[in-house]
Amino acid sequence: MPGLEDLYREIILDHYRSPRNRGELPAPPAHRIEGFNPLCGDEVVVYVQVEDGTVADIRISGQGCSISQSSASLMSAAVKGKPVAEVRDLIRTFKTMMSVHEARLGDEGPAGQANGSADAEPQATDPEALGELAALQGVVKFPVRIKCATLSWNALAQGLDEVEESAAG
Amino acid sequence: MADVSADAPGPSGGAPAPASPGFDATALKADFPILGRTVHGRRVVYLDSASSSQRPQAVLDAMDDYYATTHANVHRGVYAFAEEADRRYEAARLSVGRFLGAPDPEHEVIFTKNATEALNLVAVAWGRANLRAGDVVLLTDMEHHSSLVPWLMLAEERGLELRWLEVDDDYRLDLVKLDQLLDGVKLVACTAMSNVLGTIPPFAELARAAHEVGAVVVADGAQSVPHVPTDVGSLGCDFLAFSAHKMLGPTGIGVLWGRRALLEAMPPFLGGGGMIRDVRHDGFTPNELPWKYEAGTPPIAEAVGLGAAVDYLEALGLGAVRAHEMALTAYAQEVLAERFGDDLRIFGPAGTADRGGVLSLAYRDVHPHDLAQVLDEKGVCVRAGHHCAKPLMRRLGVSSLARASFYVYNDASDVDALADALADAGTLFG
Repeated sequence: MPGLEDLYREIILDHYRSPRNRGELPAPPAHRIEGFNPLCGDEVVVYVQVEDGTVADIRISGQGCSISQSSASLMSAAVKGKPVAEVRDLIRTFKTMMSVHEARLGDEGPAGQANGSADAEPQATDPEALGELAALQGVVKFPVRIKCATLSWNALAQGLDEVEESAAG
Repeated sequence: MADVSADAPGPSGGAPAPASPGFDATALKADFPILGRTVHGRRVVYLDSASSSQRPQAVLDAMDDYYATTHANVHRGVYAFAEEADRRYEAARLSVGRFLGAPDPEHEVIFTKNATEALNLVAVAWGRANLRAGDVVLLTDMEHHSSLVPWLMLAEERGLELRWLEVDDDYRLDLVKLDQLLDGVKLVACTAMSNVLGTIPPFAELARAAHEVGAVVVADGAQSVPHVPTDVGSLGCDFLAFSAHKMLGPTGIGVLWGRRALLEAMPPFLGGGGMIRDVRHDGFTPNELPWKYEAGTPPIAEAVGLGAAVDYLEALGLGAVRAHEMALTAYAQEVLAERFGDDLRIFGPAGTADRGGVLSLAYRDVHPHDLAQVLDEKGVCVRAGHHCAKPLMRRLGVSSLARASFYVYNDASDVDALADALADAGTLFG
């Protein structure tokens, strides 16, 4: 049975209490994307500034639960200063971690272990690549909260797509 | 704890446990099999009855028995148990009518899918026949989406004017401008108890004023009918909608009560079998009431289950149910204020005279979803979200709230479990 300690890891609570990169950026030149969870009314606003193929700056505003807010904060810290291609890989890796099939949720894995070694299926997630973000892995044991964790990531992915489209156009 | 006598000190120390309301809520838990379950190794503390109640064994048995001994389609068979099915279905209608004090239950009680469908029935059948561009509908800021969206849809289709009764700072309907707002109004739709605030508005007064200007009055009784003695005559509405699953009955069935003259004059809602008297190449003749509004095979077993739920509630007595919930709400208000002071805010009227057992809470700045998650760990089931009342949430200036709601099977121990779990959330997010 998943316990609350799987969900509310210390890193998560730390990022919830002291969110990183909180605020806004002038848009333009930054790109502004709103993520909205109609089920709970949570909203996250991501400001991302891409320069020379790199996420030069990122800010997060909006309001929501500890999971959506800490995930956004962790994301901002992880992607700032990284090449866009690397950020896209990270988004993919993170979303893979968040898409564990529900059928496996009942498995009694070692509680709170981030490496997922108890899982027999091929594991696309590379915990090394995720760093602190691996703290959010426990969220998959609480399926209704997965949308909270992925809210800002979907917004960032959409933002990067839009930046690319406007550059191409 | 089994003792809910008036003199026993509450387990929280200061506040006394509520006085016995005429039935023993703690003993009543044994009638509800699901309350015997454990969650995360703890007993279930079910505080989400405003969303959907649980049902007693008597309701489950009635439905099982219906399927095991009686089932056949209604209104069509001549064989013995088809007639029995018919009788049981219609008996449920009469039980519901008696429960509501309906003057003409045989014709005025219509079975629907739920309260939402009942309210849509009024908007579609009565609304399309009676409302034209520029006509005015008066709504309130404390409506559930079910009592709003059907009218928003019709307003879009017909070009209606919508007006709104506001909620004041004490979480009550602001009736100061009522006469002004009612000017030229054709229909008023208002909840008889808010699903967020618990507020019980002065419905009869509102209905009287609305009738003076010739408006038709629709009551959303989804929260009130399960918890407060209801008499459609004294409530003063022209239509009343509610769902069985919030009053110890099954999902899949709701009720629309309406005044016979209005129901007779309205066109049908859904078309199909059962609702017609004759069908020709060039048209149809609708069936008589109430079947005119019951197209297709109705929820028969669910009607039987609803009938059993009504019997169960009548045996307790709705007055006793209301008294029990007032006592438990007062106890909760006292315990929560004592233990959490200004850290905890209840969005709803003070006291219990004009409010039901619905407590929407904000605790410090802990997000309602985090609150609900920590409470779940302790077996405490509450709802977090916008409670299908987004205009009200905007008025309150919040995006979501955590909501605990009481029913016949809740007792002081459930309130104490809620308070203990809230304290845990405070520690975790402190």
